[in-house]
Amino acid sequence: MEGVVSHASDLNLEATELRLGLPGTDEREEFVSVAKNNKRASPESANDSGPEGGKSIDHENAPAAKAQIVGWPPVRSYRKNNLEAKKTETESGMYVKVSMDGAPYLRKIDLSVYNGYAELLKALESMFKLTIGDYSEREGYKGSEYAPAYEDKDGDLMLLGDVPWDMFMSSCKRLRIMKGSDAGGLGSGV
Amino acid sequence: MDPDPKKSKFLPSNLLNSNGSSHPQSLFPDEVLEKVLSLIDSHKDRNSVSLVCKDWYNAERWTRSNLFIGNCYSVSPEIVARRFPKIKSVRLKGKPRFSDFDMLPRDWGANVHSWLVMFAKAYPFLEELRLKRMTVSDQSMELLAKSFPHFRALSLSSCDGFTDDGLKAITTHCGNLTELDIRDSVTVDVGGGWLSCFPEDFSSLEILNFSSLNSEVSFEALEKLVSRCRSLRVLKVNESITLDQLQRLLVHAPLLTELGTGSFLQELTPRQYEDIESAFGNSKNLQVLSGLWDATSFYLPVLYGACSGLTFLNLSDAVLQSGELAKLLAHCPNLRRLWVIDTVEDKGLEAVGSSCPLLEELRVFPVDPYDLDHRHGVSEMGFLAVSRGCRKLRYVLYFCRRMTNAAVVTIVQNCPDFTHFRLCIMNPRQPDYLTNETMDEAFGAVAKTCTKLRRLSVSGLLTDTTFEYIGKYAKNLETLSVAFAGSSDRGMQCVLEGCPKLRKLEIRDCPFGNAALLSGLKKYEMMRSLWMSSCNLTMKGCRLLAREMPRLNVEVIKDKGSDEIQADKVYVYRSVAGPRQDAPPVVLTL
Repeated sequence: MEGVVSHASDLNLEATELRLGLPGTDEREEFVSVAKNNKRASPESANDSGPEGGKSIDHENAPAAKAQIVGWPPVRSYRKNNLEAKKTETESGMYVKVSMDGAPYLRKIDLSVYNGYAELLKALESMFKLTIGDYSEREGYKGSEYAPAYEDKDGDLMLLGDVPWDMFMSSCKRLRIMKGSDAGGLGSGV
Repeated sequence: MDPDPKKSKFLPSNLLNSNGSSHPQSLFPDEVLEKVLSLIDSHKDRNSVSLVCKDWYNAERWTRSNLFIGNCYSVSPEIVARRFPKIKSVRLKGKPRFSDFDMLPRDWGANVHSWLVMFAKAYPFLEELRLKRMTVSDQSMELLAKSFPHFRALSLSSCDGFTDDGLKAITTHCGNLTELDIRDSVTVDVGGGWLSCFPEDFSSLEILNFSSLNSEVSFEALEKLVSRCRSLRVLKVNESITLDQLQRLLVHAPLLTELGTGSFLQELTPRQYEDIESAFGNSKNLQVLSGLWDATSFYLPVLYGACSGLTFLNLSDAVLQSGELAKLLAHCPNLRRLWVIDTVEDKGLEAVGSSCPLLEELRVFPVDPYDLDHRHGVSEMGFLAVSRGCRKLRYVLYFCRRMTNAAVVTIVQNCPDFTHFRLCIMNPRQPDYLTNETMDEAFGAVAKTCTKLRRLSVSGLLTDTTFEYIGKYAKNLETLSVAFAGSSDRGMQCVLEGCPKLRKLEIRDCPFGNAALLSGLKKYEMMRSLWMSSCNLTMKGCRLLAREMPRLNVEVIKDKGSDEIQADKVYVYRSVAGPRQDAPPVVLTL
């Protein structure tokens, strides 16, 4: 360490300081290189109290991108792989699964490429080769045997179009194209 | 046991004659002693028994049938075979726990083969083998399958090294198999063909767990297997099994007590939905439920009929939101153990607090461990909510992104009976986010208040003060995990000096150096093992330890690019077998 033995330095407060700034420009990188570089600066020295020492070296050596520490957090690899895969599915773009009653497999679409319900419905119609009908607040989707619904964050099944597009984008977890008969309860004033 | 309690304290000296055989005037003829000792199961008790005198040592070794070895390198197969002639069931553990987090080279060791070779010779009547963190090759599995005609149970937790071929050998040849459990073992190279190799008339299976298998199995073969095995009580399938397939399995196995489902997302017709709902409704004996990949609120309700008897709900593969969890928990009043993913957030944990008064164990896993965004996951609020509603909590594993000292103090006041307290604040060295202080007081409160504490994992910004507290108060502590904590050697010294029951100490990225390492010289022989990585140890210090303590194995792994002086990863463990012969070149045995 730079010779300062005060409590504040021991705490390595700089490393934990909350800052404004883009991710990747902060000092998180020090945790990766810390194991290799600074601790060994004076290994036999009694004053060496570890990671704080030689922190100034780290900035030059630190990789540009946000780096992960090996084995941290201590989560099992098999668990990590499963869950990470699922999460990235929904975070790059806004991919949600779309199912249609009676169809054996699901599709996936990226909600973020659409500007509103009209575009989304057109895309669904073309993907599943069907007509969905016209939306009305009172009667839901008339003029077709299909009704588009979605599952929101609370797990409830909602009719597509009832809430403003932005609200829908942030709460939609999954889309479901229901056959008219099953969709009876949705959007008909209930 | 002994009708005269006074006599049992001091054995007459005529029992302790030099050749170790029992004297005709001995109080306990061999047959009686052996009969009595054969009733003792606990290996800890047995170890104590064996220390009483030579007669008892011998009687104990002849009657021990369950072998437990916590570190496969602490003893050799030959020594074991010489001492215990009649072993029927074996539990073996191999690699240090940090191997789970990719901190060891792949070929580090802990290969079970040499043990199996010895077992094949010495224990032809072997029935059960349970391994944890060991490497098991196909060759080993074949040896296992062909050497033990009475073999019944194979359990592999966190193991690796085998493929479909190895498992095929087991399923083909072990005609009396009651248990096949590969749990969370690494199955990257494992196909699903082994399931189809059970003979047509094979029907003895009681436990089948292939939940971590990455490949598909033949559903036809599985269905036939399940319908033949009338005693099946534990079935944990993998994600490839669909809901409607699950329904058919459940119909064949209404007596299941533990179920691991497959994927819980599938387009179901209303009829199929009803069928699976009633299948769960008929599974009245379910106590443990897991799997549930992709489960959502739409499909979770099919479970409700089976939830009233549930004591353990493992949702660690189900990415649920708070509402979904709350609705599900409302049907599970008898839960003792709950594992969830942190997408349920604090709100979901509030539901845990209000719905699960009998809860004893909670584990919260992070959906994305590398997401440094502080807005997601759980915080101190969720943990507090659980502690208020679940006063019987004794085991917690909690991954979070922020915590406060005040919250932890309150939590342990609410739940003083913690035996396992594993708190992982995921950002290394993060202070109390409200006061910006260290988290010393939090863990001090844990050590002081939870007198039954046996296992502790610390995190956050910590100085030596934390370790002073631990050394002073945590007198029952057996396992301690430390990362990115402490200010000087003193921290580690406090723990080594203060915790009499310490058995496992694992440390990474802490400023502890040779002085700290060497302060535990005498202690390590009373412990199972010590792990220190990315600390301030040098080769010199490690060599000194190895020289002073010949009954300890001191192994060093150097990282790429490290200089001659640093000892990057150090693993120290007691052993009566001497240094191991199978270490890969990267592991230096000092």
